[in-house]
Amino acid sequence: MIRRRLIGAIPVLIGMSFLVFFLMQLAPGDPVTLLLGEDAEPHEIEEVTREWGLDQPIIIQYWQFISQAVQGNFGESMRYGEPVTQLVAERLPATVELALASMLVAILIALPIGVYSAIKHNSLWDHSGMTVALVGISVPNFWLGIMLIFFLGGQLNWLPVAGRLTYGVNVVPVTNLVLVDALIAGDLAAFWDAVKHILLPAITLGTSFAAIITRISRSSVLEVIRQDYITTARAKGLSERTVIWKHTLRNALITIITILGLQLGALLSGSVITETVFSWPGIGSLLIQSITTRDYKLAQGVIFFFALVYFFVNLMVDLLYTWVDPRIRL
Amino acid sequence: MIGWRRYAKVISGGIIVALLCICGLGAPLLAPYDPQEQSLEQRLRPPSLDLTTNPHIMGTDNLGRDLMSRVIYGSRISLMVGAATVFLAGILGCFLGAVAGYFGELIDETINKTTEIFLAFPFLLLAIAIMAFLGQGLLNLIIALVLSRWVQYCRVVRGEVLSLKEREFVQAARALGASNRYIILRHVIPNTLPSVMVIATFAMAVVIITEASLSFLGLGVPPSIPTWGSMLSEGRSYMYRAPWLTIFPGIAIFITVLGINLLGDGLRDIFDPKLTRSR
Repeated sequence: MIRRRLIGAIPVLIGMSFLVFFLMQLAPGDPVTLLLGEDAEPHEIEEVTREWGLDQPIIIQYWQFISQAVQGNFGESMRYGEPVTQLVAERLPATVELALASMLVAILIALPIGVYSAIKHNSLWDHSGMTVALVGISVPNFWLGIMLIFFLGGQLNWLPVAGRLTYGVNVVPVTNLVLVDALIAGDLAAFWDAVKHILLPAITLGTSFAAIITRISRSSVLEVIRQDYITTARAKGLSERTVIWKHTLRNALITIITILGLQLGALLSGSVITETVFSWPGIGSLLIQSITTRDYKLAQGVIFFFALVYFFVNLMVDLLYTWVDPRIRL
Repeated sequence: MIGWRRYAKVISGGIIVALLCICGLGAPLLAPYDPQEQSLEQRLRPPSLDLTTNPHIMGTDNLGRDLMSRVIYGSRISLMVGAATVFLAGILGCFLGAVAGYFGELIDETINKTTEIFLAFPFLLLAIAIMAFLGQGLLNLIIALVLSRWVQYCRVVRGEVLSLKEREFVQAARALGASNRYIILRHVIPNTLPSVMVIATFAMAVVIITEASLSFLGLGVPPSIPTWGSMLSEGRSYMYRAPWLTIFPGIAIFITVLGINLLGDGLRDIFDPKLTRSR
C-alpha cells in the first residue's frame, strides 16, 4: 500500500516539475538580456545563452532541469551566481525556525480554546471561542503583521520588528536555528533576544493557523465525545477528568496531529508574506527578492523547492496517518 | 439551533456582502472624490469628522488622494476579482469534476492526476509563481487565481458525482435514453450545487485575501488601479507618520472576508445539518 502511494507520487512529481519549468518559459523578456543588460555585446549574449543551455530545444532544457533537480541541483541564481540549493540552504533554517515557532504559538493558543469549547459545547465560552476563530481566519496576516509592528513595535516599543537578532548580538552557528544555537551556547541573553525577535512574526504567521486548529480540535473532540465508548466510560463511573484526558483527547488528537502536519507545509508557504513584512531572512523573502529582481532561475528553484517540501510533508503525513490508524486506506 | 438563530450567520454575512456589493457597484456615486485626484497641499491629512476644516473622513495619502474614495473604489477590484475567479474556477472545476466522476476510467485518472499536481502546490505559492512569470495585470491575476483554485471544486464535484451517478434518478434518465451531456448538465451538476455554493463562498474569502496579498507584494494589478493590498503596501512606508493609510484598507479587507466567511459558515450550517451538529 505504501509502495503504491510512493509509486503514485512519481507522475505527480514529474507534473510538478513540468508546471514549474513551463511557467518559467512564460516569463516576459529574455533572461540573458535581463542579466547582461540591453547594451551587452552579441558574443557575450551568445556565450551566456550557450552556458545556460538556452540554445537547446525546450524538451532538452526540461530534461536537464529535471535530471539536475533529481541530484539536488536546482540551477544557479542569475544575480548571485551561486547555486540555488546553497542559497536555499543558507536561508532555510530561518524559515523552519519561524514555521515551528508559529506552530507552537498556534498550538498553545488554539488547542486549549478548541478543546474547552467542545467540552462546554454551546456555552458562552464555546460561542466566544468560535467567534475568535472566525476573526482569526478573516484577518489578513500581512495586515496583522503591520499592525503588530505599528502598535507593539513602534508605539509601545516592546518588541523588535525586524531581523532575527539585535545587531551586535552573535550566536555561534551550530544548527543555524538561532534559538537552539543560543541554548546550546548557554547564552540566555541571546536566547531571550531571539525570542523577542521571533515573537511578532510567529504571532502573525500563526494566527490564521491557530484559528484553523481551534475549529479542528473542537470538532474532533465533539466527534469523539459522542462515541459510545465515552458514554461507557462515563457509565463505568470514571471521573470527567479521566474521560476527557484519557479517552477523548487521545482519540481526538489523531485528527488534530494530521491537520498540524498538513498545515506545516502551508505555514512554509505562508512565510512568504510574513518574512517580507518582518524582513525575516528566510526562503520566503528570498523568493520575493528573486521575483522583484527578475532572477527567474532562482525563483524557479525556490518555487520548486517549496512545492517539493509541501508535497513530501503531505506524503509523510498520509503515510503516518495509516500507521497511526490502520483503518485508513490510501 | 432553532428559528432565526439558524440563519443568523447567513443574514449577518449576507448583509455585509450586500453592503460591499452596493459600495463597489455604486462607487462613482458614493466616493466623495476621484480616487486618482492628487492634491499635494492635502497630502497626509489625518482622518477627520469635522468636515468643515478637513473634508477627508479617512484622511489622505502621500499624494493627497482621498483615502475613503480609494477604499470604496478598492472594493470594486476585490469583489470583481473574487467573483470572476470563483465563477470561472467554479465552471472549470465543476465541469472537469463532473466529467471525471461520470465517465471514470482513463478520463478520471488523467483529471485526478492533474488535480494532484495542482494540489501539490500551496495555493498562495502557486498564485505567486504564476504571477511572477506572467507579470502584473488584472487578467493575469484572474488567470493565476483561477488556475490555483479550480482543483477544490473539481475534487468535491468528482466525489459527489461518483455517488450521484449510481442514484436511481440518474439511472432512470439513462434508461429513458438521455444523452450523457444531458444527464451531466441537467441531473448531475445541479445536484452538486449546494456543496459548490459552500466552497465558492469560502473560496471567495480566500481569493480576496490572496488578491490583497499579491497586490501587497507588488504582484497583483498595476499600481495605477487602487486596490486594498496595494494601498497597504504604499501606506507601509508612512506607517508611523500616517497610520490611517494602513489601518483603513486593512479593516476593509477584514470586514469583507469576515462577512463572506460568516455567509459561508451559515450556508454550510443550512446545507449540511449533520456537520453543524458536530461543529
